Amino acid sequence: MTDLTRLSAADLAQKLRRREVTSVEVTQAFLDRIAAVDGAVHAYLHVNAEEALATARDVDARREVGEELHPLAGVPIAVKDVVVTRGMPSTAGSKILEGWVPPYDATLVEKIRDARMPILGKTNMDEFAMGSSTEHSAYGNTHNPWDLERIPGGSGGGSAAALASFTAPLAIGTDTGGSIRQPGAVTGTVGVKPTYGSVSRYGLIALASSLDQAGPVTRTVMDSALLHELIGGHDPRDSTSIPEPLPALVEAAAQGAGGDLSGVRVGVVSQLQGEGYQEGVQARFTESLELLRRAGAEVVQVSCPHFEYALAAYYLILPAEASSNLAKFDGMRFGLRVEPEDGPVTAERVMAATRGAGFGDEVKRRIILGTYALSAGYYDAYYGSAQKVRTLIQQDFDAAFEQVDVLVSPTAPTTAFKLGEKLDDPLAMYLNDVATIPANLAGIPGISVPNGLAEPTDGGAAMPTGFQVLAPAKADDRLYRVGAALEAALEKSWGGPLLDRAPELG
Amino acid sequence: MTQLVDYADAVRRFDPVLGIEVHVELGTRTKMFCPAEVEFGGDPNTQTTPVSLGLPGALPVVNGTAVEYAIRIGLALNCQIAESCRFARKNYFYPDVPKNFQTSQYDEPIAFDGWLDVELEDGTVHRVEIERAHMEEDAGKNTHVGGAAGRIHGADYSLVDYNRAGIPLVEIVTKPITGVGDRAPEVARAYVQALRDIFRALDVSEARMERGNVRADVNLSLRATPDAPLGTRTETKNVNSFRSVERAVRYEVSRQAAILDAGDTVVQETRHWHEDTGITTSGRVKSDAEDYRYFPEPDLVPVEPSREWVEEIRAGLPELPQAHRRRLQDEWGYADAEMRDVVNAGALDLIEATVAAGSSPAAARKWWMGELARRAKQDEVELADLAITPAQIGELQGLVDSGRINDKIARQVLDGVLAGEGDPEQVVVDRGLEIVSDDGALLSAIDEALAAQPDVVEKVRGGNQGPVGAIIGAVMKTTKGQADAKRVRELILERIGS
Repeated sequence: MTDLTRLSAADLAQKLRRREVTSVEVTQAFLDRIAAVDGAVHAYLHVNAEEALATARDVDARREVGEELHPLAGVPIAVKDVVVTRGMPSTAGSKILEGWVPPYDATLVEKIRDARMPILGKTNMDEFAMGSSTEHSAYGNTHNPWDLERIPGGSGGGSAAALASFTAPLAIGTDTGGSIRQPGAVTGTVGVKPTYGSVSRYGLIALASSLDQAGPVTRTVMDSALLHELIGGHDPRDSTSIPEPLPALVEAAAQGAGGDLSGVRVGVVSQLQGEGYQEGVQARFTESLELLRRAGAEVVQVSCPHFEYALAAYYLILPAEASSNLAKFDGMRFGLRVEPEDGPVTAERVMAATRGAGFGDEVKRRIILGTYALSAGYYDAYYGSAQKVRTLIQQDFDAAFEQVDVLVSPTAPTTAFKLGEKLDDPLAMYLNDVATIPANLAGIPGISVPNGLAEPTDGGAAMPTGFQVLAPAKADDRLYRVGAALEAALEKSWGGPLLDRAPELG
Repeated sequence: MTQLVDYADAVRRFDPVLGIEVHVELGTRTKMFCPAEVEFGGDPNTQTTPVSLGLPGALPVVNGTAVEYAIRIGLALNCQIAESCRFARKNYFYPDVPKNFQTSQYDEPIAFDGWLDVELEDGTVHRVEIERAHMEEDAGKNTHVGGAAGRIHGADYSLVDYNRAGIPLVEIVTKPITGVGDRAPEVARAYVQALRDIFRALDVSEARMERGNVRADVNLSLRATPDAPLGTRTETKNVNSFRSVERAVRYEVSRQAAILDAGDTVVQETRHWHEDTGITTSGRVKSDAEDYRYFPEPDLVPVEPSREWVEEIRAGLPELPQAHRRRLQDEWGYADAEMRDVVNAGALDLIEATVAAGSSPAAARKWWMGELARRAKQDEVELADLAITPAQIGELQGLVDSGRINDKIARQVLDGVLAGEGDPEQVVVDRGLEIVSDDGALLSAIDEALAAQPDVVEKVRGGNQGPVGAIIGAVMKTTKGQADAKRVRELILERIGS
């Protein structure tokens, strides 16, 4: 019998539609796989077995009587723990939310439930999505399924590792500076950061409101398109949600898979390669460009001169917004409450004790940075200047997209590093997102597609690399067309998906 | 502390400068940023959503009606309405602020640069310049249990009710109000009162002071002369009645004058108003250390009211209280002093309704400013709280006008209505107070009276009408006052003449 966990979501959906398999069988297969390998990977913080199986039974019963169902009905999914789920813990990887069970669902979770997709559980992440390795989770490391000694990327390392270890066919991630795309790159999976405002943020525990965006984490480009179409669209509960309908994403992915990119102009961002980019990463990127050329695309170099300031601007805007967004975690209404060890138990002292005990070091570091950046007398120099840089980066993109249809770069400058290697060096950690951050600052969409393996500089087995495609805002369909074309060309050259080459677990 | 300086002495030697911030809770059906229904007096924490509780993941959405109300207020205060304005986060930690920041407006208020003419009781008009009117959300309500008088200090624990958290507020901030001299307390009161009347006329709030729908923060500073630079101000928070506004200003003038007389400097601080003792006490010291770290609210897009919409709202504004008063005075023909008395007595709305119920303006004023004012004073209640409605007064006056009762009887009818015996018509019937208009009955009473005073007939026929009054009196006595004296006179003269 086929191993159901190895199938794409699209294939599972088709088998379910054709009644070749039941949702209970599929869901159980993933739950079994979780039981078998997640002890080593630790992608999940919470496994929602009972409810997932109940949803699966319900879907099967409905299918039995011929009810019209969503194309993804019965296909299980994992959800990053930063997304609130009614009746399921939602910790955002933080001790401060330990034990909190939200009384409501995020809009995208409502859509998942309405589509009758069993939710397998909640995936691990850096605390409040602050990090690029998932090592800042308060609940332990997630391990890269390609090499358990290495990081799975972050902040959404759990979702990416779940896909790479075949413990979920689909997952939800969130991307504030690369937290979907960079884990995708280092685990050999696909990740999409949609246009800002195209997937509702209602129910996402906010990191930086003007940068956060939820999106699909999958093994194939088509699966991302299917999931993106489900979770996207206007939401009146999110003021920043785009009113227009999504472009036709599944159609674009299907078109791209045909392999023809004639007429597509591809811009290589000069600033997102070269120094700081691992040799093998750069080599795979160049090979992928050649595949795009062979598919008919025109490849040119473009310059985005202000990108060199992107990281600096990002690390002012993000902490500033985060310092305010995270103020609500004070022990007064929900989650952890810590009383001071001695002295009077006043509200202010309980707040201080709770935040002192509940937040990890990286969170504290960014709250302090952000508080400082917003302070009277410093606002203009820091937050104000960062916003100006943001405008300049948007203008760089605008100018670039006048010349080309999509922009491309390596997703991450390096392959996955070893657990613990950069934990004490925040600046080195921040550099992981140098290629992904500009898209968040400009609100444009991006995809990371696995494009090969490269030798790590510290030795060991070859690790996955990612190819990033960026498109103008609201033109997410271009990501899918180009991404699917590249995926098809690569898989043809490899004779199958990259993940087939990952080591067996368990 | 130092003795207070006598108020009159203080304002002779110092020039007071006012600044007033008024918060009004808008009467929208739902909250500023979420669909929680707002209703006064609900059980604690029942009017909440994940948004107004500040739960992780929740996002605000601007209430369009609240924006419309804010624009109405801005237009009524002669303000410019911003073409684009943003919300901002005001960051501070306090348990009644669920997100630990208040979503407010900072450097981009929806309305700015306006004015309001404020009329004092003697008819003097002061123009108050409006700096801005901006939108924000209310905080929850803390209840401190244990300890003294509901204060947080010494309390055993505190309870928070988030029903109020997120109710839309508009905050109206004046520019420094100068040149008011010894009338500062009156101007402050009249300004807040004028705003309250405007909120009601605009139908944007119930504007009930006692419920905290309207709350005033009063800034006051003193300077030696009107040419001197502004002195250090204090901000007395949450002064919640018209009378208190006046008293708080008087108190601060006397207190600050004493400090300045002693050669000390006034501390810039917020102060608490104590309704019971009529004094203010020191709150927290405002210093540069208080930094709200304002920044544009990234969860909300800018509010951009189209000019068409603003003009539509302007065209739909109701008549404002001042214009309304001017129009009524013209229509009713009251003298300036009469009108002021009516307004000051709180009788304007009552008289307007009485006139609408059919009474003449003169008669309506006579009732409310005369007999009813007397009774209200006697019972120590407001006119509006008397157990009689303008419609009933209108009906009563109608009975007088139609001759079915006379003025004297009308007072008995009033007694009946106030005693809860029903509408005037009902009281007249139940008490049998209708004027005897049956000529037959009157004639027999007249004949009887004439027979008793035969000399009267002779005198009258001789051209002396004086004694007719005596006959009328006798007839009225027989009919227990329920006769129309005018008709009785006519009948007597007919009788004698015949």
